[in-house]
Amino acid sequence: MSIDWAALGSVFGVSLVVTVTLVGLFTLGIVGLSRQERATAEGGSATLAVTGAYACFAACTAAVAYGIYLIVA
Amino acid sequence: MESFSLILAIVVVTALAFDFTNGFHDTANAMATTISTGALKPKVAVAMSAVLNLVGAFLSVEVANTISKGLVDETGIRPEVIFAALVGAILWNLLTWLVGLPSSSSHALLGGLIGAAVASAGIGAVNGDVLVTKVLLPAVAAPIVAGVAAMLASRLTYTLGRKADGKAAAKGYRAGQIASAGLVSLAHGTNDAQKTMGIITLALIAGGSLAPDSDPPVWVILSAGLAIALGTYLGGWRIIRTMGKGLTDLQPQQGFAAQTSAATVILASSHLGFSLSTTHSVSGAVMGAGLGRKGGVVRWSTATRMFVAWGLTLPAAAVVAALAEWICRLGDWGTALVAVILIASSFAIWRISRREVVDHTNVVDDDTAGAQEPEPAGVVTTAMAAVSPPPAGVTEDLAATLPAPAATPDPKAPSAATTV
Repeated sequence: MSIDWAALGSVFGVSLVVTVTLVGLFTLGIVGLSRQERATAEGGSATLAVTGAYACFAACTAAVAYGIYLIVA
Repeated sequence: MESFSLILAIVVVTALAFDFTNGFHDTANAMATTISTGALKPKVAVAMSAVLNLVGAFLSVEVANTISKGLVDETGIRPEVIFAALVGAILWNLLTWLVGLPSSSSHALLGGLIGAAVASAGIGAVNGDVLVTKVLLPAVAAPIVAGVAAMLASRLTYTLGRKADGKAAAKGYRAGQIASAGLVSLAHGTNDAQKTMGIITLALIAGGSLAPDSDPPVWVILSAGLAIALGTYLGGWRIIRTMGKGLTDLQPQQGFAAQTSAATVILASSHLGFSLSTTHSVSGAVMGAGLGRKGGVVRWSTATRMFVAWGLTLPAAAVVAALAEWICRLGDWGTALVAVILIASSFAIWRISRREVVDHTNVVDDDTAGAQEPEPAGVVTTAMAAVSPPPAGVTEDLAATLPAPAATPDPKAPSAATTV
């Protein structure tokens, strides 16, 4: 019986890292946006937070695009 | 297509019927979390999933070709065998839908093919390795991989996102869930609609209507895509309820973590050469996300019933398919009898389901009486449920009435390499 442990292991590793990274980035983006929301409510602005948030969302969008590429290819 | 015999027509129609059950069985995979967390309205969610399934069906024919090419001359599969396999798979899909349990449509199809092939050709070329490496191990591995990833991800998002609140956060989690659910739908379309295309093409080749090594004809791609999309749109609300509400209570953060984990696992596994079932991955991800929240609880009794259903999927579909093949061999009237039985049992299951209707209006109601027993989710009860035998349900009755066969996968079973 030949069980492809290497393939299973890499599926496990890749899934874990990618999921946690993506969710982490996305959450940071959300945190950035809600910081800006609070800042606006208090009459200020939070440029850095917003920029960071959009950078995070851009990374996530890239990951989704790569996912679609994987499905199509 | 000059010679299009009656049996071929029956096989094509049955294959499309299987595709349809596959669609409404697996809507839950993509949309249960988005629906139960309220990210999308139920009808909108299934419509989106249906469209993406349809799109996915047109994206490539790679999976279909793996099933239909190069298998026919070796096995000499007759259309009746494929018909019997589909009967087994459809009936199992309908039964699990009736009791609201998510189970792998691919395993049902694989089990059906194995059962029909064994009944047709005898228990020759039994390959236990294939059973273990392509069916059993993935069924155990998928929920663990997806579950661990989802658990860590939901922990992380709760920790990082403590300061995230208000409209921005709600909108963000909503968008995230929709995106990852969309990916799962698309992947499902490319995978599962193509399995049906492969089966139909295989039957057409076996029946002599198509030259060997043909690509699926356009009408096959179109009808398979439409069948799965229609099934998806009608929505297996019972299974959606189990997955979105029955296994655990999901908040948007958890829904997002679970769906992202499931999408990642599905894509990673199909591209790293260790295929994992969509259903198993999503169920595992949902449970993992349930454990990832402080105070979150997984209802292990529901989970146990689901695991039992997973274990039974392949043997049960195989037994039904073997019986169907056995009856088919009695002659043309046998095939007709199987078709009548299939239609009658499907109708009966549908009638039973009408006694307690679950649809888009009550799929997210907290009152989950009926399909799931109400359960206080205390630590002690949860622990007890984990060790005590599952409550008697339809699945267990089925286990008692169906003798569990020594499942014997035929290495030539077409979907072994691609569908699990």
